[in-house]
Amino acid sequence: MEHQFDAVIIGSGLAGLRAAIEIGENASVAVLSKVFATRSHSGAAQGGIGAALANEEEDSWEWHMFDTVKGSDYLGDQDAIETMAKDAPRTIFELEHLGVPFNRTSEGKIAQRAFGGHTSGFGKAPVKRACFAADRTGRVILDTLWEQCLQRNTKFFDEFQVLSLMVEDRRCCGVVAYELATGELHTFYSKVVLLATGGAGKIFKTTSNAFASTGDGMALAYRAGAPLEDMEFVQFHPTGIYKLGILISEAARGEGGILLNKDGERFMERYAPVIKDLAPRDMVSRCIMEEVRAGRGIDGQDYVHLDLTHLGEDVINSKLAEITGFARTYAGVDANKEPIPVQPTCHYMMGGIASDVDGRVVVDSSNTPFEGLFAAGECACVSVHGANRLGCNSLLDTLVFGRRSGMEISRYVQRNDFQKPATDFEKAAAAKISGLMTAKGEERIGDIMADMQEVMMDNVSVFRTESPMKEALGKIMELKGRYQHISLQDKGSCFNRDLLDALELGHMLDLAEVIAMGALFRQESRGAHFREDFPERNDDDFLVHTLVRHTDKGPQIFNKPVTITRFQPQERKY
Amino acid sequence: MKCNFIIYRFDPAVDKESRYQEYTVEAEPTDKILDCLNKIRWEQDPTLAYRYSCAHGICGSDALVINSRVELACQKLVRDFKTGNNFVIEPLPFFNVIKDLVVDLKPFFDKHRSVRPYLISDQKPPEKERLQDSQDQEFFEPALRCILCASCTSSCPITRTNPDYVGPAALLRAFRYIFDSRDTATDDRLEKIDSQDGVWGCKTMWWCTDVCPKGIPITKCLGQIKRVLKKNKAAR
Repeated sequence: MEHQFDAVIIGSGLAGLRAAIEIGENASVAVLSKVFATRSHSGAAQGGIGAALANEEEDSWEWHMFDTVKGSDYLGDQDAIETMAKDAPRTIFELEHLGVPFNRTSEGKIAQRAFGGHTSGFGKAPVKRACFAADRTGRVILDTLWEQCLQRNTKFFDEFQVLSLMVEDRRCCGVVAYELATGELHTFYSKVVLLATGGAGKIFKTTSNAFASTGDGMALAYRAGAPLEDMEFVQFHPTGIYKLGILISEAARGEGGILLNKDGERFMERYAPVIKDLAPRDMVSRCIMEEVRAGRGIDGQDYVHLDLTHLGEDVINSKLAEITGFARTYAGVDANKEPIPVQPTCHYMMGGIASDVDGRVVVDSSNTPFEGLFAAGECACVSVHGANRLGCNSLLDTLVFGRRSGMEISRYVQRNDFQKPATDFEKAAAAKISGLMTAKGEERIGDIMADMQEVMMDNVSVFRTESPMKEALGKIMELKGRYQHISLQDKGSCFNRDLLDALELGHMLDLAEVIAMGALFRQESRGAHFREDFPERNDDDFLVHTLVRHTDKGPQIFNKPVTITRFQPQERKY
Repeated sequence: MKCNFIIYRFDPAVDKESRYQEYTVEAEPTDKILDCLNKIRWEQDPTLAYRYSCAHGICGSDALVINSRVELACQKLVRDFKTGNNFVIEPLPFFNVIKDLVVDLKPFFDKHRSVRPYLISDQKPPEKERLQDSQDQEFFEPALRCILCASCTSSCPITRTNPDYVGPAALLRAFRYIFDSRDTATDDRLEKIDSQDGVWGCKTMWWCTDVCPKGIPITKCLGQIKRVLKKNKAAR
């Protein structure tokens, strides 16, 4: 079936929906998503969204900008960070006007709480900057934006998996998608495609991410010739529930929760004397692992305790209800009475599709735009998070840059015409599907996926060293070989999850290779990327973005300078 | 330990009628039911279809009937059931089955849409945020926990007998906006659901509240709407 829209958005999380609202004001737009819109992973965001509203205490966007730059270990582009920090208060007011039910102060203003790495006075003390709706902030914003789309009659294609971007003459002119319920192929002709597909946490064994977080948009863009930027920077959130990886929001520490080792010691006081448990995520994750290595994990195991017992039932029930529910359901722990067992869990991709502050995907180090292709949210790298993202900056990123992408796309579709490609992309997609359906290999998708997740977790996570990473890269290449010999057992055309798994796995293997390559290339330690063989930050050689481009000869690495405006790189201490 | 799963199967391309298929899975007491389904799919039978995504009870994808009760497959662990490690898994009732455990939720979302689930205000918003009393916000806060999993609506006895009844999930969303002090369409919202297909369809049978995986007191919230309607009528 064929469709035509000025703009096609892939992904129905916050970035996609915010862009859809913007574009829908003056152009035709469709939102394609492999899950129903409200199932998008933005809904799992818990703790808050950062903005210097100063509703609770003195704050300023410059402080927010500084914290984000420092949190990024000076790898974030400061022009982009300035754009985001300045636009944050307007973004919050806009959300409030759309109906987002934020918690309130006693004066009726939007309430705010402390979050990791957010400080006043350029690092002097923690500041209350995170606006929140209990610990379901992402969920209520997702619901609100989706319902705004319902009001505007936005066209949704739910449970559609995109198979390929239609790129001809270096211009993207639509997508081919697979309808999960029927197995039918759909060609969407458009002037613009916006990728807003979120992250890829499922590459790692322990993750807070949804099963749907398989990096489809990043992989599609990469295969279409767009470079991926800073993919070696993978955030491990310090407090995932032990063994499960389910997220316990940083808000738990923002509200006063503390981390304890087996001796009952509040060990973060040793590592970050000023902001202690509210140090940024990369640091806290490393500190937990250091404690474990020193034999101070609980019962000698690889986890520590997150203690909320002193917060009182009122705070827990009104501000942390969801996460204490998770602790009860999955760990059998009553957080009012006992500490929660936690360990780092793969949470967020700082890297992504190289793009600019208006969402344009860029193809080289001089930021030449990829015609017709845009990206926003976690799948994009603007880059505002650099080497480490601060908590509650991701929701902000999706909304600020979702809107800006929408604005630029609205202008773009006015200036440009549809371009019907000469190639029959649908035919190629059909051939790919039938190739997978008829393949008679011996390999099972589930086995390859498990092997990939294990080797990435063991060799390319919080602590990294050259030889295990080389081993991991070799393993990924071997798995890519095995992937050529998979066979599907489900040959049907209705809700064929087997096929979806195969497509997703193909995407993740590409990205795993890029992550490992970037991590090997970067012979320094910065933010979330910690090399035991190169434990220091090396600004002389590596204060640059890593870009990886797909070529016929394999992935090719090149660099791009970091934009530094207000804040010169300094030693990063908290 | 070994767990036995008897799972509802239906593939419209092959099956004339639904059938049940049995699987044995090696599982830990702390495994989620969703983990068990994934093991079946990845290790034994990749043709099994069901929806899932976040796997911790926030996306609302995987409401199923587990041992005769509507539950989220990702929120129930093997150890939560006292059925000797035997499990019967079926799709949500009321909705049409697309394949196996996947149902067509279009009627559910159409009803959701019918209550105009968005803030309506005839006031021009201020430059900053509108002020709202935190107690006003807390009053409708339970409704914010809803994840649109359709457990309540599919379990409601009235939904099953009156297909035009808008159902508990949509009414809960109406409740959320009726009691949001920022919304100015309150009277209109109330009028639209002042009928047997609206809030009076609810006969306070509590099934919705009983099955809600987020513990929302849905029946009570609907009762608050009824109370306002009665009060308004008495005042007229």
